[in-house]
Formats: sequence, C-alpha cells, structure tokens
Amino acid sequence: MTNVTIGAPPTDKAMAAEKRPATRSKLSRQRLRSAWIFLTPMLIVLALVAGWPLVETIYYSFTNASLSNIAGAEWVGLRNYYEYVDYGDGEGEYFGLFFDSQWWNAVWNTVYYSAISVSIETVLGLVFALVLNAEFKGRSFVRAAVLIPWAIPTIVSAKMWAWMMNDQFGILNDMLMTVGLISAPVAWTANPDTAMWAVIIVDVWKTTPFMALLILAGLQMVPGDVYEAAKIDGIHPVEVFWKVTLPLIRPAILVAVIFRALDALRVFDLIYVLTPNNTDTKTMSVFAQENLFQFDKFAYGSAASTFLFLVIAMITLLYIKVAKLDLGGGR
Amino acid sequence: MKKALGFGVALAALVAAIPASAVELSIALGSIGQDVQEMRSQLAKFEEETGHTVKLVEMPASTTDQFGQYRLWLAAQNPDIDVYRTDVIWAPQLAANLVDLSEAMADRVDKHLPSVIESQTVDGKLVAFPMYTDAPALYYRTDLLEKYGKEPPKTWTELAETAKEIQDKEREGGNAQMNGFVFQGAPYEGLTCDGLEWVASNGGGQIVSPEGEITINNEKAAQALEMAKGWVGTIAPEGVLAYKEEESRGVWQTGNAVFMRNWPYAYPLSAGDDSAVKGKFDVMPLPAGASGESAACLGGWNLAVSQYSQHQEAAIDLVRFLTSEQSQKERALSTARLPTIPSLYDDPEIAEAQPIVARWDEVVATAVPRPSAPTKGQYNEVSKEFWTAVNETLAGRGNAADNLDQLEKRLRRLKRSGWE
Amino acid sequence: MPTAVKKTGFYALVVFIVLFSVFPFYYAILTSLKSGTALFRINYIPVDFSLANYTNVLTNGVFPLNILNSVIVAVTVVVISLFLAVTAAYALSRINFRGRGLLLLTILAVSMFPQIAVLAGLFEMVRWMGLYNSLFSLIFAYMIFTLPFTVWVLTTFMRDLPVEIEEAAIVDGASPFVIVMKIFLPLMWPALVTTGLLAFIAAWNEFLFALTFVANNDTRTVPVAIALLSGASEQEIPWGTIMAASVIVTVPLIVLVLIFQRKIVSGLTAGGVKG
Repeated sequence: MTNVTIGAPPTDKAMAAEKRPATRSKLSRQRLRSAWIFLTPMLIVLALVAGWPLVETIYYSFTNASLSNIAGAEWVGLRNYYEYVDYGDGEGEYFGLFFDSQWWNAVWNTVYYSAISVSIETVLGLVFALVLNAEFKGRSFVRAAVLIPWAIPTIVSAKMWAWMMNDQFGILNDMLMTVGLISAPVAWTANPDTAMWAVIIVDVWKTTPFMALLILAGLQMVPGDVYEAAKIDGIHPVEVFWKVTLPLIRPAILVAVIFRALDALRVFDLIYVLTPNNTDTKTMSVFAQENLFQFDKFAYGSAASTFLFLVIAMITLLYIKVAKLDLGGGR
Repeated sequence: MKKALGFGVALAALVAAIPASAVELSIALGSIGQDVQEMRSQLAKFEEETGHTVKLVEMPASTTDQFGQYRLWLAAQNPDIDVYRTDVIWAPQLAANLVDLSEAMADRVDKHLPSVIESQTVDGKLVAFPMYTDAPALYYRTDLLEKYGKEPPKTWTELAETAKEIQDKEREGGNAQMNGFVFQGAPYEGLTCDGLEWVASNGGGQIVSPEGEITINNEKAAQALEMAKGWVGTIAPEGVLAYKEEESRGVWQTGNAVFMRNWPYAYPLSAGDDSAVKGKFDVMPLPAGASGESAACLGGWNLAVSQYSQHQEAAIDLVRFLTSEQSQKERALSTARLPTIPSLYDDPEIAEAQPIVARWDEVVATAVPRPSAPTKGQYNEVSKEFWTAVNETLAGRGNAADNLDQLEKRLRRLKRSGWE
Repeated sequence: MPTAVKKTGFYALVVFIVLFSVFPFYYAILTSLKSGTALFRINYIPVDFSLANYTNVLTNGVFPLNILNSVIVAVTVVVISLFLAVTAAYALSRINFRGRGLLLLTILAVSMFPQIAVLAGLFEMVRWMGLYNSLFSLIFAYMIFTLPFTVWVLTTFMRDLPVEIEEAAIVDGASPFVIVMKIFLPLMWPALVTTGLLAFIAAWNEFLFALTFVANNDTRTVPVAIALLSGASEQEIPWGTIMAASVIVTVPLIVLVLIFQRKIVSGLTAGGVKG
C-alpha cells in the first residue's frame, strides 16, 4: 500500500461498452471524435490562461522588458539571471537573480515557511482528525466548527489576526499576559523574531481544517474490525496507532501534504496583507510581484517568476518520486 | 454654400451652448486622516460649478502601496482614472505617463513655491501641480511636560531623556500604556522620511547627493541610526517597527504618547472633540542631532493628469480647481494641509484656525528633499533599500555601521554606471 | 489511566479545538459591534452592541458593489468551468484514447500552477485584449484554477459511475453529447453542486489577480476591497469597519459550507483544493 492513486483508476467496465463486436469500430471512432470535440474548448481555455502566459513570462525573463514598455522588449539572453558587469577599472561585479542575496533570502523564507507550517498543520490536522473520528456527543457540532477557518477568505483571516496581534490593543497579547506567558506586549508582526511566526500562526489556523478533513477521509476508510481485532489481542492503543492506523492513512497524509506544500510555496496574499514590505517574511511570490509591478523591473520579476515555477516543479517531482505517489490516475 | 455656412454656425452655437458637455472624471487618492472627506467637499463644489461628476478612488494610506498600484495602472494604460494625487517623490518615475501641465498652468506657476514646482518638473515637463506641501512636526504634550517641569526638547538626546523620564514616571503612576515617543518605523516610504531626518539632522547627508553620489555610508549617519535604535523598546513601543502615520497617531491621540513625529494633518485631528489630547499639546520643529541642525523631510502631494485619460481638458480643469488659491486656503483651514502659495502663510484666517500652518513656512522653506531627483526612475528601489536598512537597524538586525556599509553596496549595484 | 481522566482529557482537547477554530471569528464579530473608543478596550464577551460599523460599510462607499462584483465573477466562473468541465470530464473518464493519462497529469499540474508564474504573461494578455480594469479579466484569469480543478473532480466522479447506465443509450445510438446531457447530468447534481461550491469559494477568495487586473473602487472584488479598506475614519485604522466588512463577506460562505459540509469533504478528497 505504498502507491497512492488520486481518484479511482478507470474501470474496465467503463471501457467495456466500446468493445461490443458489432458496432465496435464505428462506435469507438465516433466516441473518439466526440472525445476530442469535448476536450477542445477546455484545452483552448487552459492553453490561453495557463500555457501561453507561462511561455510569455519565461520569454520576458530573457528580455529587458519594463512595465512601461513591455511591447518593446528586446532579447538580452541570460542577463536577468547572470551577468558580469565590468566597471572598466579592473573591477567588476556579478549581477542577476543568481547573485541577488535578497532573492535567495526570499527563497529561504518560502522554504522555511512552507516546511514549518505544513509540518505543524500535518500534526495538528492528524490530531483533529483522530478526535473527529472518535464517537462522542456533539461530534457534528465540532466538525462544523472546525470548518469555519477554512471558509474564511485568506485576506479576511489576515486582517482578523492582524487586529488580534495588534501590539497596543490586540487580544493575543492580553491573553498571553493574563496567563503569564509574556510579561510585556509583543509586536507580533513588527518584531523580526516573531514576524514569520505570526504568518505561520495564521496559516496554521486557516489550513489545519483542510488537513484534518483530508486525513479524516483516510481514517474513515480504515475498516473498524482492524481496531476490534487489536482490542481483542490487547494491543495498546498507542501501538495500534503507530503500527496499524498510521500506515493505513499514510497515503491520505502524503497527498494532503503535497497539496498543502504546493499551496504554501506560492503564498502571496497572507504576507502581502499581514507583514507588508518585511524582509523577514518576503517570499518568492512577493519578491516577484514587487519587481514586476513596483520597481519597473518587469523582466527581472519575470525571471523570478520563472525560477519560482522551476523550484516548485522540482520540489513536486522530487516529492512524488520520494513518496512514490502515483498521480497519473492509474494506468 | 450659404446654407452650409449657416448650418455650421448654428452647429457651433449649439456646441457652445452645451457647457463643454458634462463628463465623468475619476480621481485617485490615498486616504489618511480627513483627506477623503476634505476632497469630497471640494469635489462637490467643483461638480456644482462645472456640471462634471467626479468619482473618488480611495487608496490605502501607505504611500508605497499607492505607488505600486498607480504604476501598474499607468503601465496598463488605464483610461478609467483621470487624475492622480501624487507624492512629491514620484514625479521622475511616473513622468512618462503624465500630461505636461506647463502650458495649462502657465498663468499659475509663478504664484507657487519655486522649489515645489521644480520638484514636479522633469526634463522641462511639468508633470504634476501642487495641492499642498508637507513638512513634519514634533508633537508634544504640554500638560505632561509642565507636570514634570520639562522644556520642549531641542535635540534628539533631550527628547529621549525627557521621554524616558515622563514615560517611566507616568507608568509608575499607574498609566501603564504610556509611551515616550512614537514615529513611523514600518518598512515603507514613511520610514525613508523619518530616517532621512535623523541622518540629515546629524549632518549625515541625504542618502544620495544631488549630484548622484551615494553618500549614506558615513559615521554621522550611523550614529543617527544607532541613536534611533536605542529608542525602540525603551521610549518607543516595540510595535513602532510596524507603525505608519495612522498607527502612530492612534497611540498619540488616545493620550498614550508624550511625543510624536507626524505631519501637520494630525494637528486638527488631535485638537478634535473626540481626541484625548485636545488642548494638551503643541507642535515644534523636529529636534536636531548632535552634530547638525533640525531637518524636516519635504513631503507634499500634487495632482497629475493621466495621459490615458479620455477627458484631459476636464481633468486639467479639475486640477486647476483643486490647486487654486481658494482650494488651498480651504484645505489649510479644515485640515491644516500646508499651502504651496507663500502668501497664504500670512493669511489671518488660517493663522487663527490652524496656528501650525502660519508657523510652518520656515520649516517648509528649509525642508530636506528625498533623493528622488538624482536617482530618477530608480528612486523607489533606492528608498526601499534605505528603509529596509533602517528598519533592520531599528529591529536590532546588525549594527548601523554594517547595515549602512551593506546599503552602500546595494545602492552601488543599483546605480551601476549611473542612475536611469 | 482511569477512564474519567482520559475522558476529561479528551473533552479538554475537543474544547481546545473548538475554541481555536472559532475564537478569531467570534472576536471579529465582537470587534465589529464596537464603535468609537470602545474598540481599544479588550473584552472577551460582548458588552457593546452598535451596528454603526455595519451601516457605515454598507452605506458609505461602494462596498455593496464590491460584493456584487465578487458574486458576478465567482458565479460566472463557476458556470463556465462547470459547463466546460462536464463534457471534458466525460471524455476523460468514459472514453479511452491515447494520451489520456498524460492529459490528466497536465491538468493536475495546471491546477497546481503558482499564480505568480503566469502573472506577467496574463497581465500583458489582459492589457492586449483591452480587458484591463473590467470583471472580464478576472473571469478569464480565474479559469486557471477553477477549470482544472472542476475537470479533475468531475472526472474522478464520473469514473465511479457504473457502465450500465450508458450502455443502453450507446446501443440505441445516442450521441455522446446526448448521453452527457440526458444520462450523466441528472446523476451528477450532487457532484456539480459540491465542485461548484468549492470553485466558487476559490474564486471568491482570490487576491493576487484581482489586485493586479482591476483598478477602480467599483470594479474591485471583496478581498481587494477589504485589503485596501481605509480612511473615512478619524480613529486611525478603521478596525471596526474592516471587521464588519469581513463578517459580512464571511457569513454567507460559512453558511454554505456548513450546509454542504459532508459533500465538501468528499469533493476535497477528490480534488485536494485550497479554500
């Protein structure tokens, strides 16, 4: 049970209809033709909104396009990624994305943020899911409550938390001071030591329900008699969890993790609203957006976008390989 | 032939009779303090006078956020915004997309402060016309200073000492929320102003000299930033690292700060009926550094007409209306925004209603400009590098000297062979 | 461990989970009901009850229009993507053809696209097509995440339907389009509702494209309007108004989600989408 399939594999039943001998070739030809007729509109739309823009972004990353002059962009090769500028007096310097420490800082921030928040969300989501999987009074109420953060738009959650984390009038400081965890108000979003954690807290709050639901779905597929058998054998519940439950829901967790990770790696809105312009939380998407639209470095921003795309693609492929995920829909 | 001529005349008369046909204009401005309300009341008058209608596009208070959006809209050749309210530093960066106003404003130019007009002129093109100018003030609590027998501070050191003493004593007296000093420490354009003031008041130059030389990496500048770093967590709340104008005003206006650095717009608001500091405060020019004189960052907002506006004539009329002597006077009266017409500083009505305005002409005259002219289209990035370095220094990330050294390197990388 | 302790511990955990999930939104409601300086006093239980922030946000300015914009965009996006997805999903799930696996994989990959990667290209396209600052630009751009998602979920759903249901129709010589419309559509309402709802939420919440492609107050969608909401207040940042606006746009979503919660869970499991 190491291979995971998202969605059921195509059933042979579905294909069977095509194999009735009498009408087979004519029918399957007709069906094949309509398949492509059905697919074409969708493919055209996807090519227009995803394919072509991606190609354009990559193209701009090799030009000198500026926001005010996109049409007049000229090919400059790798200059946005890598360039040596000779100052003419024997001195020179390397420029470009590969030599931009702020870019690497953004890459690091993104990876750090994604790794930490997804890890916390997975553990917390697992706890939530285990609780929701148990039989107890008011379970449907709790399940409904857990869904609330997920339904709240990211921008709204960012604003809500920004207010709760306000350094002067925020309720979070008040709570922690009442409990005695901190002695003076903390400026959550301003302090460089806590800014990233502020972002992570909001993200964990918002997306743990998602994790919990996906894992819960996995848990519910575990047949009840497994637990019965374990109980009869007198195995400790903790051991049952590690030895039986976890391996069985591992596929569900792995899928949930990759979806969340891909989402975390492209984070933009939360950071844009909660900690604007803060170098400690600047992620790749924010860096790219800033260069594209605020610094008149459209080409450089495009280079950052392209790089980000490659990073995400690489992480995804690596993960799929390491976790042995089968995303092909089964063949 | 005669008939045709007659028809032509009749047509011309008809066209003249419709008062330049009413159009719908849009104006974009950031909302800080009472700016939006003030603009609404002015627009109502304009609408009544001309028959045009004007829509207000409200923007967030942060200059940096506004700039990002405006640049994007102009690049998209957005025809839906006719008039932009632009910051004094934006002229060189947005010039290419804005209408040259020098002809339309030829009769008005001489009335305004030459330095402001000059700041809005790029390569001979007048890209925006001034609505008001801006220079910050040190707000202080007269009641608290009196209570503890203190004089308004002349230097930053005095300010820090006074602030510390009053804050500590007030806190001991049960006023736990009291802070010594609030300013703008968030990483955004406003911090460039605050930082420039500290540096310049200590004789540390203007980041980039008018000739385009990068001058920021010097000992006096480092001293100034170290001094400011010493305030965070002692006299200023730690959260000041995320404060913009309105956040600092929030703390000040609820009576929780002894001193505040802010623009004159906060004056009428602080004196308002629901303000906790009403009648308990006064303003003065910013303190001086150890080796320099008081320096105020030159601010101010202007109106520019988009090249992509489909109603440029009407838009120019709107700019003329909003920048007129009458409008500037009303603006000064209601919101203490500083006029760019020198004679208004002697206006008795304004002096009566908003004393800060009458007292501020000297501060405006000596205010220090940010290096937007020498750094041209790259100012925004220069400013970002500067505010980042200052914010990190304030937050205790590395010391001032190292951060400025790094800043100089970054600016050199930006500049390469010259600003463009 | 005695059962009582275990039970208490368990219920403590349950209480924690509920508080953790609900408190921030509860506090937003609390804040939205405060006005003036009451905002700066911290309360844990409601003591003020003023609707001033709500009347302010609904009557001052264009916030109702922003809500309308969001509804228009989200509904249109959902309708178009569902329409395109139903037929495409039929082809992908019920008809065997070469390259199907690769196509599915591509669609999944597109749904995972970082939006910033296409932002530069899309911006240029939107500008070129003259859609800048119109809701059409958003309807167009949002297809990038709603379409692959709906196709994917509906494909997995259709695969699971038994073959018998279309067998008779095929024998009768019904065309695939008729089969989709007459046989599959009636069976698929639950899936369509769930997928549509999830796509609706995704479109309703989108921020980056909305920030980039529309400019005016009256073309903004809700997330941008809330992010840029400011001013019209003399008390620094208008937290009360922001919270009122947040509550207004969130309550309908929460109601929808709670009504369809069971369905959503199955939709999420199939599509793995972010809210």
